[in-house]
Amino acid sequence: MTTEPQIDLSQILGHFGPYGGRFVPEALIGALEELEEAHRTSQLDPTFVAELAELHRTYTGRPSIITEAKRFAEHAGGARIILKREDLNHTGSHKINNVLGQALLTKRMGKKRIIAETGAGQHGVASATAAALMGLECVVYMGEEDTKRQALNVARMKLLGAEVVPVTSGSRTLKDAINEAMRDWVTNVETTHYLLGTVAGPHPFPTMVRDFHKIIGEETREQVLELTGRLPDVVMACVGGGSNAIGIFHRFISDPSVRLIGLEAGGDGVETGRHAATITGGTPGVLHGTRSYVLQDANGQTIESHSISAGLDYPGVGPEHAYLHDIGRAEYRAITDEQAMHAFALLCKTEGIIPAIETAHALAGALQVGNELGKDAIIVINLSGRGDKDVQTAANYFGIPLD
Amino acid sequence: MTALDELFVKVRAENRAALIAYIPAGFPSQSGCHKVIEAFIAGGVDAIEIGFPYSDPVMDGPTIQDAAVTALANGTGATEVFQALATASAHVPAVVMTYWNPIERYGVDKFAAAISANGGSGVITPDLTIEESQGWASATVSSSINPIYVVAPSTSDSRLSQVTSKCGGFVYAASLMGVTGARTTVSSGAADLVERVRKTTTLPVAVGLGVSTREQAKGVAAYADGVIVGSAFIKAMQDAPDEASGLAAVKELAIELAKGVREGR
Repeated sequence: MTTEPQIDLSQILGHFGPYGGRFVPEALIGALEELEEAHRTSQLDPTFVAELAELHRTYTGRPSIITEAKRFAEHAGGARIILKREDLNHTGSHKINNVLGQALLTKRMGKKRIIAETGAGQHGVASATAAALMGLECVVYMGEEDTKRQALNVARMKLLGAEVVPVTSGSRTLKDAINEAMRDWVTNVETTHYLLGTVAGPHPFPTMVRDFHKIIGEETREQVLELTGRLPDVVMACVGGGSNAIGIFHRFISDPSVRLIGLEAGGDGVETGRHAATITGGTPGVLHGTRSYVLQDANGQTIESHSISAGLDYPGVGPEHAYLHDIGRAEYRAITDEQAMHAFALLCKTEGIIPAIETAHALAGALQVGNELGKDAIIVINLSGRGDKDVQTAANYFGIPLD
Repeated sequence: MTALDELFVKVRAENRAALIAYIPAGFPSQSGCHKVIEAFIAGGVDAIEIGFPYSDPVMDGPTIQDAAVTALANGTGATEVFQALATASAHVPAVVMTYWNPIERYGVDKFAAAISANGGSGVITPDLTIEESQGWASATVSSSINPIYVVAPSTSDSRLSQVTSKCGGFVYAASLMGVTGARTTVSSGAADLVERVRKTTTLPVAVGLGVSTREQAKGVAAYADGVIVGSAFIKAMQDAPDEASGLAAVKELAIELAKGVREGR
């Protein structure tokens, strides 16, 4: 008896079940097709693969290490807590994985200019970094509100030679930065690549960005097996658009014993309406070129999201997460600002690691799940970013005076 | 045949282009929008597009973005869009232009039926790709309305024929690569695009993006079946010191543009 090759129908044309796809002006179709083709052929091109691997080894600092957080674990029911240290990557977060891949693709397509959106500034900094490294012009769109919350990252991008454009439309946050980047792209698509920073947007972005981040899960799986001799019980990550979460989840999707848990930004609490927990509190819809869960009202208007974390403050989420949620392969929970900041402070004081506030949502989730599972459990957390950029926000939150 | 189809038969017989005017529902206010529609008709526009204001208008420049913000602050939703559509369609062929999500949220079949029930001829869906259009195609057939898609200068010839084969009413040709808004000149790419579209379909072709003056309308009318003007009307309302003078300016602009579309050939 022969086995028929398995075709995953949900992946055809960039769909994940009913989610994903392409909802864009016709003007962008050519560029999306060109990008899809460049991505497809580059993955089969040993030169491209080797060039990216070399950059990861000599520039990013991959493989990133894992750290067992024993003192933090005492607060998580005694479960073994293992941190995947994406915060130690060059530029301080997982974002560089995707950015280097897309910057190489930009050169491969013969384009000279990249544009990017950024919320917390992590993706903007990573994009500005890659542009400097590869001699590309770089414009970063950032909500005016976020340029204030993340002033340090704005300065960083400027030092790296990027132009930072504060976006004053709409809610002046990440969603509006994406709108403005898409307007730029539609106008300058001949010369410009839109270096989208998350697993959302029109096909091929959700698939391509995931492909550039899946190295996180691949490394983690090997490292955890080596350290503990078995697969973890749970893999956890924070979810805004969802790139770091897909990155660490993807290699584990085919390991049915491993629970995958995404932690969304619950803001003041999902019940207050002031949150960014798109899967927990949203409904299926179309935003920024893809069908997924969206925070929206009865007329299909996007509802503004709220989170202490600029990087999670987004009313959409990647379509693959929507699909993993619906088929029950991954779980999604909301973590409030207060819970996240508690976990933030705890990691600082128990492990000497200042995490990004985004990442602190995953840490707060681990405190819950560790207490649910008890001490035989092995929990892996994607420590997606470091918290240097959040020092001011955290100081304000905890009432630490800054002169 | 929809009223829009009949309009293009008529203007072709008159050897001229049609003037199509755009206004978002709820702008500058609910009642103000209905007055703008009256000014359009008094000024001689041939067809009206009612915009469904949307929170994330990625294809629109600052003028229409601002109008959408105003309209949403005025509480505009599907109900108000259909009311404006009914006002317009009582006089001239009228369509709705909307980003896709409001249709999906309202219900695809229900939305198409509501367009028809309010006298509308069709819907322009600038971010609905043909790959995602299956459900919408059958809804528009059931409700006997025109599905109108937008093509761009970057659209390849092979893709143009795929898109225009799904179109009804007319093909919306975006004159340039970019967002909506008045420009000092209409891109020369528009004529090329219209010519390429005509090789794929016998449907009328209307040109939008960047047209704001009688001269520009005349230029476009030389080769297109329809001239679409949006931002220039909104700007006339936004720049006016009060609603009455804004409405007068809208009517005056419509009269000028209506002359333009008759001077092209």
